[in-house]
Parts: sequence; C-alpha cells; structure tokens
Amino acid sequence: MSHRLPLCRVDRETHKAWLCQRLICEYNLCIKKMGEIEDSENRRMVFVTVGTTLFDALVRAVDTKEFKQELFRKGYTHLLIQMGRGFYTPTKSEAEDGSVAVDYFTFSSSIADHLRSASLVISHAGSGSIFETLRLGKPLIVVVNEDLMDNHQSELAEELAERKHLYCARPRTLHRTIADMDLASLLPYPAGDATPVAKLINRFLGFPDD
Amino acid sequence: MGSKDETCFAISIIIIIIGLIFIAIVRVIYVVYRTSKPLRPKSPKPLSTLIVLGSGGHTAEMINVLSALQKDRFMPRFYVAAATDNMSLQKARVLEDLLADTNGGKVVSAKFMQIYRSREVGQSYITSIGTTLIAIAHALWLMIKIRPKVILCNGPGTCIPLCVIAFLFKVVGIRWSSVFYVESIARVKRLSLSGLLLYKLCIADQFYVQWPQLQRKYPRAIYVGCLM
Repeated sequence: MSHRLPLCRVDRETHKAWLCQRLICEYNLCIKKMGEIEDSENRRMVFVTVGTTLFDALVRAVDTKEFKQELFRKGYTHLLIQMGRGFYTPTKSEAEDGSVAVDYFTFSSSIADHLRSASLVISHAGSGSIFETLRLGKPLIVVVNEDLMDNHQSELAEELAERKHLYCARPRTLHRTIADMDLASLLPYPAGDATPVAKLINRFLGFPDD
Repeated sequence: MGSKDETCFAISIIIIIIGLIFIAIVRVIYVVYRTSKPLRPKSPKPLSTLIVLGSGGHTAEMINVLSALQKDRFMPRFYVAAATDNMSLQKARVLEDLLADTNGGKVVSAKFMQIYRSREVGQSYITSIGTTLIAIAHALWLMIKIRPKVILCNGPGTCIPLCVIAFLFKVVGIRWSSVFYVESIARVKRLSLSGLLLYKLCIADQFYVQWPQLQRKYPRAIYVGCLM
C-alpha cells in the first residue's frame, strides 16, 4: 500500500508527459497536413501523354524554353511528361522562381491517376486518350502527329475542337495555343450512348423492344 | 460419229458450267438483296454471336456496344482479336467476369480466340497480300468452327476476312449471319478502308456511323451518335 501512491504519481506524471508529447505530435502533423493541402492547391500540373505511340515531336515541343515560359505565365507549376516509346529524353528540373518543375517517365499503369491530378492535359490524337480525358472533365489540348502516314486521327481532334470540347494544335504551334487559350470557353463533353445501336441491332434481328 | 459425240459432250459441259455460273450469280444477287433486310423470326431465340475486337479505341467502343446489348439474346459469345493484341481479349474477359458476377457466378458461354492480322498498322499494301492470304485461311478455319448467326465488328482489318467468309457462307447456304459494322468514332469525314470495303460490297447488313457528316456522304449508313 505504501509503495502504490508514488507509483501512481509517477504514472500520472508520465501520462501527462505522454499527453503533452501527443499533442505536440498532432499539432506538428496538423501543420504538415495544412502545408500539404496548401501545396496541392498551389500545384497546377500539366500532364503530357503520348500513349503507346512514338511522338518525339511533341516531347521536344514541350521541352522548349518558350513553351515552359508560356506555362509559367499561365500559372502552371509542374510539367509531367509521359514519353512512351520516344527516344528524345526531356531535361528534368526542380521548380524555381520563374520556371516550372519538369519530370518525365516512359510508361505507367496509373495514367488515369495522372490525368485526374492534372489541371491541363496535352495528349496525342488517339481516341482512347481523348475520351478518357474528356470524361474526367479536364481541359485538353490534342496535338496531331504530322509524321503519321495515314493521318485520319486529326479528323476527330479537329471535329471536337470545332465543337469546342478541346483545343487542337500541331507540335510547332503548341506554345501559341497555350498563350491564346481560354479554358473557360471549352464546353463539357456529353457522355456517349450505345443504346441507339443496341436498339437498332435488336430490331433488325426481330427481338422485341423492351 | 465420234467427233459429233465429243462436240455434244463439250456443249453440254459448257451449258452446265454456264448454268452453274448463272445460278451462282442469281444466288449472289439474292444474298446481296436479302442482306440489309431485317429478319422476321417467329419466335426469337438466342443467337450465337461473333465479336471481332480491334485494338485500343476500337475495343473500347465495342465494349460499350456490348454493355448495352441484352446478354441472354446474344449467346454463346465468341470473341476474336488479333494475335498481336493481348489487351483486347483481356478487356473482354473483364467484361464477361463482371457479367458472371452479376449473374451470381453462373457460367456464361463465352470463348476467346486469336486470329492472324491481315495488315499491321503501317505495313505496305504489297506485303499485306501474303499476310492477308494466311489470315483468310485462319479465318476460314475459325468460321467453320463457330458459324455465328450474328457478327459484330468495328474495324480495323481483322474483321474483313471473317465478314467476307460470312458472305460466302450465305451464298453457299452454310449459315445466314447478320453482319453489323460500327465505324470508329475517329472517322469523321472519310470511312476507314475496312468500313469502305464492307459498305461498297454490301457485306454489312447494318452499317453504323457516329458522325452526321459521314451519313450524308454514305446514304446507306445509319447515324447513331457518339458511342464514347
């Protein structure tokens, strides 16, 4: 009985100390989290994707000084390049005053995550990339590959640009597109619908409409 | 006497050949006429369906079409993709697994097959003659095995041998299959080579396009709006 009281006191003391420590810890964590949130709010990333294609002309175009300056002027802080099968490797750089941070990779299974965290997407003219980006409601600039032989892909990009769902550019004119673009003027793309086709197929085969 | 018999024999052979050619032509004309005419079955039964998967964007569009179709009407389902394309069949498998799950784990009759491609992207037209012949032989083998009643395709080239063989099966009377072709959303002003072939040769029963400009240019096509 005699030895219990001091022990209790010790317990209380350590508990107090532990509580204090925890409070400090949580406070620090809180500060850190707030900083992170602020960071992600200030972070405006431009994601460049060429899919599985070889499109060095685009990678080269986004690695030019004038293009990066234009991005910075528009308030973007980060440039992430998915370069696919390309041979030209862009130069990595950290964010400094007056320039954007540049990073690149070849392929990734989490392209969707990058698209989601981007503030602006610059993509090759493949229909998969185009519709994935439009469905996420991200502003999109499609760059047409002029080196392809049978270049029917520009048809889709130009049509969607005419309907104001995206901007269409060439590698050489990309920095001008960035300078002139007004993202507020882009219209959201309505989701596609396969039910008309399904209905027609059913009707042709003699199945009753439900 | 002998020479007269021989000429008689020769003439009758020629008449038979001409007759056969005539019958074949009449049959081809009949098939072309009947193609694109809706079927009027008394009691609609499930139809065996061949689904030709393209690659990338083509496959995504086809998956969208399949999601809108009643699965109990289109079965068993046979998926065919190019041998160089691993992704498409995988996507189809994911779709079928999803269906099996919603059906409470009931086994769905779906088969997955690969086919040689007649032409790779960027391959020259001259070398593609040889590869096309191999692709046709393989396609014939698959079509004899499957004999589908419905063929769904949306390009690229993989579907051409299969659709041509389906047309020949109609002419010969092996199987009457309905061919549905959906032109890719990437085609706004001009049809793709496969689309143009199926349209001009009247092989597709129904030819769908996703842009109104194309429908104006190709009046037999049906405008269905965007699938993506």
